[in-house]
Amino acid sequence: MKLKQTALIGATIAGLLATGYAAAQEQFIGLPSYRVGPFGSNGASLYGGWIDYMAMVNARDGGVNGVKLTWEECETEYNNARGVECYERLKNKGPTGNTVFQPLSTGITYSVLEKVAQDKIPMVTIGYGRTDAADGSVFPWVFPMITTYWSQASAIVNYIGEKVGGMENLKGKRIALLFHDSAYGKESHAIIDKLAEKHGFEVQKIAVANPGNEQQAQWLQIRQSKPDYVILWGWGVMNATALRTAARTGYSRDKIVGVWWSGSEEDTIPAGDAAKGYVAAGFNVAGVDYPVIKDIQTHVYAKNAGNLEDKSRVGSVLYNRGVVHGIITVEAIRKAQEKFGGGKPLTGEQVRWGFENLDLDSAKLEALGAAGFMPDLKITCADHEGGGKVKFQQWDGAKWTVVSDWVEADRPLVRGMIEESAAAYAKEKGITPRDCAAES
Amino acid sequence: MLYREAGQFKASYQEDQQIFPIRQDRVGMAVVLAFFFVAVPLFANQYWLQAILIPVLIFSLAAIGLNILTGYAGQLSLGSAAFMAVGAFGAYNFMLRIDGMPFLLGILLGGLCAALVGVAFGLPSLRIKGFYLAVATLAAQFFIVWALVKFPWFSNYSSSGVISAQRVEILGYAFTTPESKYLLTLAIVAVLALVAKNLVRSTTGRSWMAVRDMDVAAEVIGIRPMRAKLSAFAVSSFYCGVAGALYAYTYLGTVEPEGFSLDLSFRILFMIIIGGVGSILGSFLGAAFIVLLPIFLNVAMHSVFGSAMPAGLGSNLELIIFGGLIIFFLIVEPHGLARLWQLGKDKLRLWPFPH
Repeated sequence: MKLKQTALIGATIAGLLATGYAAAQEQFIGLPSYRVGPFGSNGASLYGGWIDYMAMVNARDGGVNGVKLTWEECETEYNNARGVECYERLKNKGPTGNTVFQPLSTGITYSVLEKVAQDKIPMVTIGYGRTDAADGSVFPWVFPMITTYWSQASAIVNYIGEKVGGMENLKGKRIALLFHDSAYGKESHAIIDKLAEKHGFEVQKIAVANPGNEQQAQWLQIRQSKPDYVILWGWGVMNATALRTAARTGYSRDKIVGVWWSGSEEDTIPAGDAAKGYVAAGFNVAGVDYPVIKDIQTHVYAKNAGNLEDKSRVGSVLYNRGVVHGIITVEAIRKAQEKFGGGKPLTGEQVRWGFENLDLDSAKLEALGAAGFMPDLKITCADHEGGGKVKFQQWDGAKWTVVSDWVEADRPLVRGMIEESAAAYAKEKGITPRDCAAES
Repeated sequence: MLYREAGQFKASYQEDQQIFPIRQDRVGMAVVLAFFFVAVPLFANQYWLQAILIPVLIFSLAAIGLNILTGYAGQLSLGSAAFMAVGAFGAYNFMLRIDGMPFLLGILLGGLCAALVGVAFGLPSLRIKGFYLAVATLAAQFFIVWALVKFPWFSNYSSSGVISAQRVEILGYAFTTPESKYLLTLAIVAVLALVAKNLVRSTTGRSWMAVRDMDVAAEVIGIRPMRAKLSAFAVSSFYCGVAGALYAYTYLGTVEPEGFSLDLSFRILFMIIIGGVGSILGSFLGAAFIVLLPIFLNVAMHSVFGSAMPAGLGSNLELIIFGGLIIFFLIVEPHGLARLWQLGKDKLRLWPFPH
């Protein structure tokens, strides 16, 4: 063991020297990425966007107040066990250890949920992960930012309500929920049932078994019951199949509303013409016409230092989502530097404070070149979600176009459910929630 | 020289039939155990304990389970991950629903649940063999995972279907540090491996092997195939179930049914093929190989190439090298790593006078 350990330390040191973060003024960010496996192309786009944003900040501003950002990837293959290994491997690297852990996998999120609190490393799960962790008083170290699955479901229903001319018109309507039969897909059930009860629409839940490349039976069922809208809660190959099968059974694509994991180019391009008219939610928009993306192009891609080999993927939904990850990470570090002193690397614990006090209002987003690119965001001690807004985009056959303003969720309802669920967790685990009134 | 056993006389049947008849083996085993029980917790850091050693031990246990069924009793199974899931969810529910359930008893009951389910899915083995049986156990794999997702009772109505394991406590001592979790896992795995080793040398083990080698002949000499096959399924599933419970309690802390996918079953099958079919030692070697090699490749890639190589290319290269090495090992030693050790040992016993 000793020998192996020495060998590993030797290898690590070699790695350290090679990537050059032996110097002090560097903030290390561990990236548990996945570039192989069934979701490899999604992971490559997203982590590519995130890395490019950090590279851009280093190139344009020389880092965050002079502190260079460094990072190292660790391949998780979207596998929980590998994710835990990556978490342990990355956590002590760099001068102050890993700053933030963002696994982009709900399974890995659950697996390290308790470890991050012990190791004092914040975990940010944007648009996935454990929904009730939005209650910061019970989960101080976890930040399911921008919007959770429950907020999203509620925002989709609000969007459909808008479409039918007001929430009162939802009464008597029928909405089918076509979901991936897994923990991820089932996450929507509780909130949809509540909303159906509240607004008086009828919900028809139709399960699609993993991976979902055969949906004839499900769409036959949809054709028979003729729902007014279909919510597509899919993942991977299931999305393109759903759109193709919908086209074949003659269900109008503009009545299908997808979730954000169903609304990327990876889903619509394989479906070809069948995807035309399809609407999907997203907490970031696609496209390159934003100053932040332009900056990445001039500072990173123009110097041939970009992470993606295929430059045409810059500006895709998932790439831009990676840029959102980058913005939030960098701004949290900047915020934490305001409190704990700039010009030096911060610990995970200090950056956690930065996340908790993150306030990206529209003026700030404008300054970052991301106005309209992502929703404004305000995190507090109690509310680790901080927004819950999504935009809807429609696929016109070649690109996504934004078709709505930021649509908000039914916040009181969602928040009530989050608090109830978090309280149950606290009770089960014997956690005393923080008193947020005393902290601020 | 080292392995010379001249002068080691066996004066009784008992001495002749012990697990390690050669003194050097006994000493070696004691040293290995002392190393893992004492030296490792003292010197290894959290990364090694939590991310490397605990999973290797747990998968070794699962591999022993599958090896009992496939290696010793000759029944090919593709349901090991599902039996692990039964163990994990079983232990979780026992500890959740019965107040004051001791941890070890909960794990044991989880394993027994898996054994029961294993016997049920082992019933087809009485009529079908070989690849056809593999398909029947494949049904177990899909059915069990489906059932755990379908009926929310199993996950205590958690909205996402993910269970989070309770604290591990034995006689008031809470196992929270990586060292204590490692020692607990090691102790359970060591005891169960010893039991397995003895089991396969006993009447039961011999009847399994007889059925494996030729079931008609076994029946003729008075072995009941039904009893042999079903007991192999029960013991194998019990081992997998305990491994699954440890996977949930000492390794990940939270598990979801989808985590126990067909993919994991295949990995366990690869472990015993690489390690050695029909060998307890092989289960450990195979588990170490399959768990550690991808991690080693990933670390090596990063330290050799650093950021010079695109990350996507690196990740794909790792898989290519991993697959290539598996094929290489299967060609040079189709009987697995345990066989290599066996050959080496036989040579050492004669060395330096091979004739």
